[in-house]
Amino acid sequence: MMNRPSLASACAAMLRRDLTLAWRRRGDIAMPVLYALIVTMLFPFALGPEDTLLQRIAGGVVLVTVLLAMLLALDAMFASDIEDGSLEQLVLAPQPLALMLGMKILAHWLATALPLIVIAPLMAAMLHLPGVVIPVLLLALVLATPLLSLLGAVLVALTAGTRRSGMLLALMLLPLCVPAVIFAAGAVAAAQQGLPWLAPVAWLAAALVLAVVLAPLACAAALRIALDA
Amino acid sequence: MASWIPLWLHKLGSPPTFYRFAGALQPWAMALALLLGAIGLYGGLVLAPADYQQADAYRIIFIHVPSAWMSMFIYAVMGVASFVALVWRIKLAEVVAMESAPIGAAFTFITLVTGSLWGKPMWGTWWTWDARLTSELVLLFLFLGVIGLYHAFEDRRQGARAAAFLAIIGIINVPIVHFSVNWWNTLHQGSTVNVFGQSKISADMLWPLLTMTLATKFYYLASLFSRARTDLLALEGGKDWVRKIAEDEASR
Repeated sequence: MMNRPSLASACAAMLRRDLTLAWRRRGDIAMPVLYALIVTMLFPFALGPEDTLLQRIAGGVVLVTVLLAMLLALDAMFASDIEDGSLEQLVLAPQPLALMLGMKILAHWLATALPLIVIAPLMAAMLHLPGVVIPVLLLALVLATPLLSLLGAVLVALTAGTRRSGMLLALMLLPLCVPAVIFAAGAVAAAQQGLPWLAPVAWLAAALVLAVVLAPLACAAALRIALDA
Repeated sequence: MASWIPLWLHKLGSPPTFYRFAGALQPWAMALALLLGAIGLYGGLVLAPADYQQADAYRIIFIHVPSAWMSMFIYAVMGVASFVALVWRIKLAEVVAMESAPIGAAFTFITLVTGSLWGKPMWGTWWTWDARLTSELVLLFLFLGVIGLYHAFEDRRQGARAAAFLAIIGIINVPIVHFSVNWWNTLHQGSTVNVFGQSKISADMLWPLLTMTLATKFYYLASLFSRARTDLLALEGGKDWVRKIAEDEASR
């Protein structure tokens, strides 16, 4: 019988593989970032360049833009693995599927959401968000983006067996991420008005903890349904 | 005493039995829905007194409130049927869950439309970003997502299982969405009708409302039965019992 690799080394190998694949296609990483910058740039054109108006909407615009940019990248989460059959191998592997998928989601978050978080201060500055609010915005994004990645992964797994899934994914994901948007935007708005912002951030963190535990399991179940042809 | 109930239920789970059962009950459910709907509407639109403040405009509740209840009730039915479909792999539960979704979406849509018709004279606006309105809109999108996912698969049973999973995710999410939007913004009034304890509504307004509620329930049953029958025929296309029905229809 073959030597079974330990769980930790399997997780590390999964993470390394996905990150290497993402690094080999660096152009794909840049796309959501460019998309988010261009969408942010369109708002002053559409609404006029007054500072006060842009300041008021800045937090919400950055959050929604990041959400939409992540939605664009979500579709590709399992696409190449389905094409070359490595996802089926993963389902058959002796390691727990939920854990492996958790690693894939982590790699996807590192490759798509992290660059967006890095340029978020630039997007916020383009809309004249006050500098003191930017740390709160970043904290909200750090908690909200993994939530979206996890929720999105479950839905992407559900659509894995279908051919057209882009718009469908948006229809399914956007209603489910209403709470994340409300709490993240609530924290930024409270910080902007000089009010305590810890409560919405705590809610966001609670939702994230729940999602970290449940979403990989749900993702594995969804993938089994979608691949069970 | 109850030993015949599980057997009867098991039999009902088989497509041919359910097809006959639903076919027998469907006209009765539809007749009851129409009768109760006529009584409820007459009671609500003609017999019930006008409101002292809103005059006749309040009468839209006889459509709005039962539809809103139905939208949530049907989502709950869809969630339970989805759970049964995923856990026990019962074909009939998949059919019930998937055929409930369009009916639920229709009731949700009616709720939103009648609500905004009422909102225009009362609140002065067609739409406002209030917690209950927003939750109901999210519910509509959840229904549409389930319908969309179901139709995205070529294999219908696989599509039904995937969409059933989405419905269950939605059930977990609905309280979170509702709570978070409540926390965010609230304008809509609280509930007036209490199942436990005294309702804050006059009795001659309450009885048409409850009659309409029953009417919508029976309409849902009738609609679900006929939709499920059609779906079962399509799903079981190659089976003997369907072929027999087709032959009987052809020889008539």
